[in-house]
Amino acid sequence: MCLAIPVKVVELRPDQMALVDVGGVRKEISLALVDDIEVGDYVVLHVGCALQRLDQQEAEETLQMMAEAGLLPEAAQ
Amino acid sequence: MKYIDEFRDGKLAQAIGAAIRREVDPARQYNLMEFCGGHTHAIARYGLPDLLPRNVRMIHGPGCPVCVLPIGRIDNAIEIASQANVILCSFGDTLRVPASGQMSLLKAKARGFDIRMVYSSLDAVTIAQNNPDQQVVFFAIGFETTTPTTAVAVKKAEALGLSNFSVFCNHVLTPAALDAILATDSGAETLVHGVVGPAHVSTIIGSAPYEAFTVRYRKPLVIAGFEPLDVLQSVRMLVRQLNEGRAEVENEYTRTVTREGNRKAQAMVEDMFELRPSFEWRGLGEVPWSALQLRERYRLFDAEARFHVEKRTVADAKACECGTILRGLKEPKDCKIFGTVCTPENPVGACMVSSEGACAAYYTYGRFTIPITEATA
Repeated sequence: MCLAIPVKVVELRPDQMALVDVGGVRKEISLALVDDIEVGDYVVLHVGCALQRLDQQEAEETLQMMAEAGLLPEAAQ
Repeated sequence: MKYIDEFRDGKLAQAIGAAIRREVDPARQYNLMEFCGGHTHAIARYGLPDLLPRNVRMIHGPGCPVCVLPIGRIDNAIEIASQANVILCSFGDTLRVPASGQMSLLKAKARGFDIRMVYSSLDAVTIAQNNPDQQVVFFAIGFETTTPTTAVAVKKAEALGLSNFSVFCNHVLTPAALDAILATDSGAETLVHGVVGPAHVSTIIGSAPYEAFTVRYRKPLVIAGFEPLDVLQSVRMLVRQLNEGRAEVENEYTRTVTREGNRKAQAMVEDMFELRPSFEWRGLGEVPWSALQLRERYRLFDAEARFHVEKRTVADAKACECGTILRGLKEPKDCKIFGTVCTPENPVGACMVSSEGACAAYYTYGRFTIPITEATA
């Protein structure tokens, strides 16, 4: 129910709406809950509304942290 | 899809699983409650228990809005739909939840009531625009994640000057439910040692609201995304906190969650909704200050006022263990009717309806037939 997916903003439209790319499918969503979204941003989409901008740098850092789990304990020091 | 596929990488999952197995203390038990149904679903779908050592046990929490909605509120929705000239709009999940007298919204629809499935609350506003002679009611359910989207719909209906759109509000609050669970889970009987905290609820409310819990109940909480690697990483972070004797709020899901959350969404919710003194949850009973209703100045959009909805309290089916499963006291396989009388095609309890319910997740991904063998480090 609280599922939300990252989608890419491809076009800003009037009335706080935007066209987004959902894995190749185009869909119109509401940006009423977020500010200062630009084309190319990723937002988290939930039942037709963007909940938040996805912080791409934080995403990379989280993946980096996860990758470190694959290293042996000594090597991770 | 970008930012999804990376977080489902099997090799990385193996590596995090191995790291958890290295780091656990074999002499102690780690009971971790994932609050959200989204986490429960990921755990069952990706077989995460198979990557965890035997002494790390995942307990499935009540964070599935469909599952915790009491029968009485579904009955209310059917009553509203049964009135002349009404179109009731609902999310798909809610349509199949069993109501009283073997009814459900789907069966009510089959009897001729105008009940429509919508993807978004905004779709319900569009239906109201296109049907000016009918009353359109949006059956609003969900946690803090979904509440702001209902607010957006009401704002839009207000801006359009619609007088035929209203909301049957069933929005509930995560911290209240978490408190209800942790408050009864203390002392020598402690079941839950740490909590995998909500993902998109936290995107809205931020990580700060949980800080009081870690202090009051001395249990660590790690906010985690809904992808399998997010869940595994949060388990690893919880294991570390427990090993080090810490009880803090940590945030694994930093790509969408900040400490303060989405202030704009919070302000919209605050403007439109107020706390109900009490609300019934399936499994938890009456929980004080745990749900929202529309404020007086949005009364025009409140279906409860418009249709004079009266409170109904209905007992769950006797054999159904949804209540104890939602509190983490029992597992789906402990329920006598699980997988026999109660299946996703013919659900008796709500945990079998939503794909995020523990029973549906277990049933769908076969977690109740395949013996779990412990992975070796």
